[in-house]
Amino acid sequence: MKKLMLGNEAFARGLYEAGCRVVSSYPGTPSTEITEEVAKYDEVYAEWAPNEKVAMETALGASIAGARSFCGMKHVGLNVAADPLYTAAYTGVNGGMVIAVADDQGMHSSQNEQDSRHHAIASKVPMLEPSDSGECKEFVRTAFELSEQFDAPFIVRMSTRVAHSQSIVDIEDRQELELKPYEKNPQKFVMMPAYAKGRHVFVEERTKKLIEFAETTSLNRVEISDKAEFGVITNGAAYQYVKEALGDKASVLKLGMVNPLPVKLIQDFAAKYEKVYVIEELDGIIEEHCRNIGVNNVQGKEIFGYIGELPQSVIAEKLLGEKKDCICLDENIPMRPPVMCPGCPHRGLFYCLSKNKITVSGDIGCYTLGAVAPLFAVDTTICMGASISGLHGFNKARGSETEHKTVAVIGDSTFMHSGMTGLVNIAYNNSNSTVIILDNSITGMTGHQQNPTTGKNLKGDPAAAVNLEELCRAIGIKRVRVVDPYHLAETEKAIKEELAADEASVIISRRPCALLKYVKHNPPVKVTTDKCVGCKMCMKLGCPAISMRDGKAVIDHTQCVGCGICQEQCKVGAIN
Amino acid sequence: METKSVMIVGVGGQGSLLASRLLGNVLLAQGYDVKVSEVHGMSQRGGSVVTYVKYGDKVYSPVIEKGEADAVISFELLEAARCLPYLKKGGHLITSTQQIDPMPVITGAAEYPTEIVDKIKAKGADIIAVDALSLAEQAGTAKASNVVLMGVLASRMDYPEELWQKALEQCVPPKFLELNKKAFELGKAAK
Repeated sequence: MKKLMLGNEAFARGLYEAGCRVVSSYPGTPSTEITEEVAKYDEVYAEWAPNEKVAMETALGASIAGARSFCGMKHVGLNVAADPLYTAAYTGVNGGMVIAVADDQGMHSSQNEQDSRHHAIASKVPMLEPSDSGECKEFVRTAFELSEQFDAPFIVRMSTRVAHSQSIVDIEDRQELELKPYEKNPQKFVMMPAYAKGRHVFVEERTKKLIEFAETTSLNRVEISDKAEFGVITNGAAYQYVKEALGDKASVLKLGMVNPLPVKLIQDFAAKYEKVYVIEELDGIIEEHCRNIGVNNVQGKEIFGYIGELPQSVIAEKLLGEKKDCICLDENIPMRPPVMCPGCPHRGLFYCLSKNKITVSGDIGCYTLGAVAPLFAVDTTICMGASISGLHGFNKARGSETEHKTVAVIGDSTFMHSGMTGLVNIAYNNSNSTVIILDNSITGMTGHQQNPTTGKNLKGDPAAAVNLEELCRAIGIKRVRVVDPYHLAETEKAIKEELAADEASVIISRRPCALLKYVKHNPPVKVTTDKCVGCKMCMKLGCPAISMRDGKAVIDHTQCVGCGICQEQCKVGAIN
Repeated sequence: METKSVMIVGVGGQGSLLASRLLGNVLLAQGYDVKVSEVHGMSQRGGSVVTYVKYGDKVYSPVIEKGEADAVISFELLEAARCLPYLKKGGHLITSTQQIDPMPVITGAAEYPTEIVDKIKAKGADIIAVDALSLAEQAGTAKASNVVLMGVLASRMDYPEELWQKALEQCVPPKFLELNKKAFELGKAAK
């Protein structure tokens, strides 16, 4: 049966069809839907882990136990999971193990634009890269077979365009597999120096075999055009752009296996043409490989650069000098940046921080939007968990000068991911830091995933819930309090008191995400135009439902969810 | 058949994902190779949202770039203006007349342009402007503007009615199906 599927959905189908039994992941755009979709198959055990390191170790444990296993993450998540990855390369697998890493060329939803192929090369873990949904499914099935054949975990590299584009997939049945027997084998699975030395020899031998395999596998494909004026070597999403832009003007070597790369296949292809272009998004990994193997008639990064996506227009313009005409209006079109939703519980909290000119060490989540106009509340955003540890360092550097006017903000899911170790550091190494946990009872940014604080698991079934207050106290923080960010005065008072205190404190700003289905909304509020004095106090909240018309505030009833913070903010009682 | 490109644009939360999936399913049932590209995550939080639907004998790139769209469907007027450059010469622009102020307008840093429809017409583009929000409210909820606009598109594409009905059944939860069918009909009947 043919079906239109997102790349991530097709990936999940591939896991199901390949007989995968155990899945453990941490959400991250653009990888999240793989795990959400595979969780819909009852034959597969699937879970959200607190972070990517835990997820990968869980998947490796399942593989050692004899099951086909999977873990999925975004590119920066692989940094968190790098520790188990580099040693899983040595242990290899028992049941096949597949890792998805989703890169975000163009940074649609990420804090950097790293190229995860570097991790595959550095860890010596083989990596496949599909170009559409059909290949997502096929490559996952192949990756499991190869994982068992070569005794290696396999990474399947995704990108935003492949993960979030739907294309046609042929659905097949699931392959039911028995668990492989588990046998104690310390030489393979206990990675202490004496045994790891032996495994390193194995890894190097394996890589040689994988290079031989890369020369002939159908994962790598040559498409010869009789009319070709030049050759192109490409991979992943870029393959689609190459075909669209160049059609039969180029012969193409499409590399579906991006680590390790073939040698002879590339040499033979490049020898056919005077000019060969390497068209790969982000870093010049294939191009450098070409030069390393003596293929010098290639050009790539000097033409295409290292930044962002390489869609068809870029290729057509750079290689063919073609540019499409388009119609433009003469005037400036205002930008429409993402904003916190109407009723977002983070808004009231950030308003209080902004109003009191507090320095804010930020983190990764919807609340990163607190950095933009009109709140401009956030000073730093680095990576998951860095708000808390960064604040500790900031305060250690500047001491009492900043302790009373600097806070960290971090979401509930991010706190569980890697924030709590930073809080342990604050307690253990004694900095007078104030940490605000934005507990909206869900992982918001990635589209509502459960986490260890929500009381539900990935399948929506009841689960143990971490009690944040007790956890913070157990870590050694004595001052722990909870506020409702819909109440501005109460929230502001708590922030001021905890900043004034002479010891570390945690404020839990608690209110479920306004987009959660179970959250009941109040009726929209309205402005009584006669009473409105046009002072714009309500506008300072940065609520997208409020705007000014003819000097008076108006509230869009289709957007307003009646959170009421503008009502509290209005000093003349014009909002009801 | 040469690849055709339809761009669906709007503001996060307006339901462009549903619209693109609806169209994708109709085109799949019609026997085309189809690609539908979405943007998730950060872009959904009230920001501009763009989805691409491409179909033909063989579709390669999932994205649509400037000067490539045979049709642009916009759920909001400013987004129609923003995406005008994507329209191919001779392409059609279908837009809702709904206006949603973006944050720079709300904060007073920018002004919402006036007379957008006339200005687009003056550039020689074919534009169809429909009050999709009112029609959706007439069908039962403002949220169905997306399906109203799909109805407008359907009235200008020559595909069998039952394909659209089947796609609606596939893409819309049963309890909202009747409402959405009504919204679709109102869109089809709109001028």
